[in-house]
Amino acid sequence: MICFMKRTLLIVAGVALVLIWIVLRHSSTEQKESAGFGPAPDFTLADVSGKKLSLSEYRGKVVLLDFWATWCAPCKEEVPHFVDMQNRYGGRGLQIVGISMDDGEKPVRAFQQEFRMNYPVAVGTAQLAEQYGGVLGLPIAFVIDPQGRIVSRYVGQTDPEVFESEIQKLLRR
Amino acid sequence: MQPTFCNFLVALLLCTTLLGSTVLHAAGSITLKTITPEELLQAMQAKNSAKRLLFFVGPRLLYTQAHIVGAELIGQGSTSEGIQNLRQRARNLRKDTPIVLYCGCCPWNHCPNVDPAYRALQELGFTRVKVLHLPNNFGTDWVDKGYPTARGE
Repeated sequence: MICFMKRTLLIVAGVALVLIWIVLRHSSTEQKESAGFGPAPDFTLADVSGKKLSLSEYRGKVVLLDFWATWCAPCKEEVPHFVDMQNRYGGRGLQIVGISMDDGEKPVRAFQQEFRMNYPVAVGTAQLAEQYGGVLGLPIAFVIDPQGRIVSRYVGQTDPEVFESEIQKLLRR
Repeated sequence: MQPTFCNFLVALLLCTTLLGSTVLHAAGSITLKTITPEELLQAMQAKNSAKRLLFFVGPRLLYTQAHIVGAELIGQGSTSEGIQNLRQRARNLRKDTPIVLYCGCCPWNHCPNVDPAYRALQELGFTRVKVLHLPNNFGTDWVDKGYPTARGE
């Protein structure tokens, strides 16, 4: 009887663990789209430190273009991973670019300092967002290849390993 | 030895179940009265339905790109300015005015705006306030479905 109970409990515990693993695995809400994209629309903005920021300057690099905002909790969670990736892959040809959808620069500047963001950040415009198909929910990130083509679009918080794996492949080409 | 092992398993099971339920119930807005996009659409299309006000309490940049037809830009519910605008807008309204708040800036369980806006209206005594439930974001749950949308301010 005890042996039967042990076995049943083990099975139930195992199933519970698997279910939790599935829930945790899917708790990042990203939706990836990776077909039907064309060239990444070029733009020129002033970044929050006043420098010119043009997407075309990064032709030849793999670009991760992140639409985010200081008030967006999933975006905040992603930023430290982007900082880490810029540190590790910047020398190999990765450039992360942040486009904030905040209504002003002030909170973005403070956030950039607090999170020690090591990549350029500018406040976006509705026109730019529309050029990228509309940014009607955050975060949204685009991976752009060295030829300036959009390779994929991620809507929602995305597992950093997913970004990293895609970036590594593009950097190896 | 065996009962101890069983106790351990029961404890493990309880822990995992509790952990699981915490994750599944992470959304913080369980007390909000909500309306689904489909219900709102039906209400908007119904000829005899009561006139309701639609208040957008998210960021301006999202509103400018796309908003529900007839929605008013109030300001972010997470900012004091947004709440002040909301109080100002509500000042001369009857307390039984049907109001739908919405944002859709982020996934529902991360939205910083609808909760404070809803609470502010409740504190003012409004009795017919609902929040549009957008599980993913405004783009996915409204615009991509082809529901009526306007642009600009």
